[in-house]
Amino acid sequence: MKRLKDIASGIYIGLIGVLLYAPILVLIVLSFNKSRMRVKWEGFTLDWYYELFSNNQIKEALITTVVLALASAAIAVLIGVPGALGIHALRKRPYKAMMTLTNIPLLNADIVTGIALMLWFVHFIPLGFGSVLLAHITFNIPYVILSVLPRVQQMNIATYEASRDLGAGPVYSFFKILLPELVPGIISGFFMAFTMSMDDFVITYFTKGAGVNTLSTMIYGQIRKGIKPEMYALSTLIFLVVSVILIAFNALSDRKKTPKKNIEERI
Amino acid sequence: MNENEARNTNKRALLSGPYLIWIIAFTVLPLIVIFRYALSDGAGHVTLSNITAIFSPIHRKALWFSLKVAVGCTLLCILLSYPMVLAMKHLGLGKRGFSLFIIILPMWMNFILRILALQMILSNNGLLNLLLTKLGFEPLHIANTETAVMIGAVYDYLPYMMLPIYTAIMEINEDFIEAAKDLGAGGFTVFRKIIFPLSLPGLLSGTIMVFVPSMTSFVISNLLGGGKTQLIGNVIEQEFTTGSRNLGSGLSVALMIFVLIGMAFTMRHNTEGKESVVW
Repeated sequence: MKRLKDIASGIYIGLIGVLLYAPILVLIVLSFNKSRMRVKWEGFTLDWYYELFSNNQIKEALITTVVLALASAAIAVLIGVPGALGIHALRKRPYKAMMTLTNIPLLNADIVTGIALMLWFVHFIPLGFGSVLLAHITFNIPYVILSVLPRVQQMNIATYEASRDLGAGPVYSFFKILLPELVPGIISGFFMAFTMSMDDFVITYFTKGAGVNTLSTMIYGQIRKGIKPEMYALSTLIFLVVSVILIAFNALSDRKKTPKKNIEERI
Repeated sequence: MNENEARNTNKRALLSGPYLIWIIAFTVLPLIVIFRYALSDGAGHVTLSNITAIFSPIHRKALWFSLKVAVGCTLLCILLSYPMVLAMKHLGLGKRGFSLFIIILPMWMNFILRILALQMILSNNGLLNLLLTKLGFEPLHIANTETAVMIGAVYDYLPYMMLPIYTAIMEINEDFIEAAKDLGAGGFTVFRKIIFPLSLPGLLSGTIMVFVPSMTSFVISNLLGGGKTQLIGNVIEQEFTTGSRNLGSGLSVALMIFVLIGMAFTMRHNTEGKESVVW
């Protein structure tokens, strides 16, 4: 009976695995395919990898995507962490109001957020990298707030008060007492925000204007003419890099045996 | 709360000032702007017709299909996620990072490319039909149908359902399950009475992460529906690129009202007094 259950579990995980990974496998195989045509294997080649490295358009989009994700996640942390500390100190009514407002970008459909921001941006800034950055920060802050706020609630404010009573300045106390307790929440919030920004297509599509492209919007633009095989090469490389990062991360956190609410469990 | 403490709390509340300004500038004001577009007929007159247009026959069809995809996709994701998480737990994969890794990795690959690859698998002379004919089955014709859009949505959003359910189930105290078993509960009773109720916060987060995006996505239906089957997202996108901004805004506002009403109900019933559990 137990063995039967083991086998059934294994088969089910395998099936879901096939569903999740078959398309990724297709992308990887295509990156080594000589043919520009889609599903025809015409022999092994590394050409697309060479061309990838000499393709400035892709390089630019990749840099834009990564810079955008890093910058928007970092700024979201800078606004969101004090935000969470402040929200925690609010009385019940304003607290509820702030949480409702925080949830709006999360609950609203991306297309509505994107369009609303675009209609608003055109009143005062040209659409471009700046407007996309503002948009990404906007949808990233809630993820930071929701990661940090539980930490603030668990935090013992008395230790902070004690350090202040003993003569430490507010800034010193913040960095010595509060920040260390918040760090896991901040890391997971940053990571979430980074992922969401990398993954976004719809909001970027509406707020970017002409000239700026992230990987998503560039790929969307290529669909009609046919995707360049270099993109398959790039996604294979991303797959490799992310695999290595995740494996290393797992190995590290296994060794450390971090407490329950560590990043990997929350993300 | 003594006076000193109260003053400190008040001062600390000021820290949320920059965030409040940000919310007003980039969440509240854009919503006001989109409402203004939605309530205007383009010539400066106030009208509700852009919003009520969502019930016009053409848009009603797209709205109905969107709801069908969203409800179907969410239910399928839930039905696929629970056995997956339980199977991982059963095999003891849960505690090791491995299973988490399987779920997270696809999220990091560009979803448009993944949907394109899925299109190649599902197309009439694609890999799935190649495999089926080799095995002696009749080829399937799912390319450019509603079924294809549904498969695409489930494929794309499944990790977003599995992850929160996984987190919730792995956090369940093993003692509860042991105790129930000691008291004679069978596998299904343990699931119904312990695992499922304790996984509800995860289920709720997953539903939020899956329902709205699957209802409003326009890329998946563009690529897999062959342009014939439209979600409400496609309609709004087309209004904005080639049609009327006012009508597009009106439809967006109508969509937002639908979503917010639905979500307000879900949140109220499940998270009374708790933090939002979106992630």
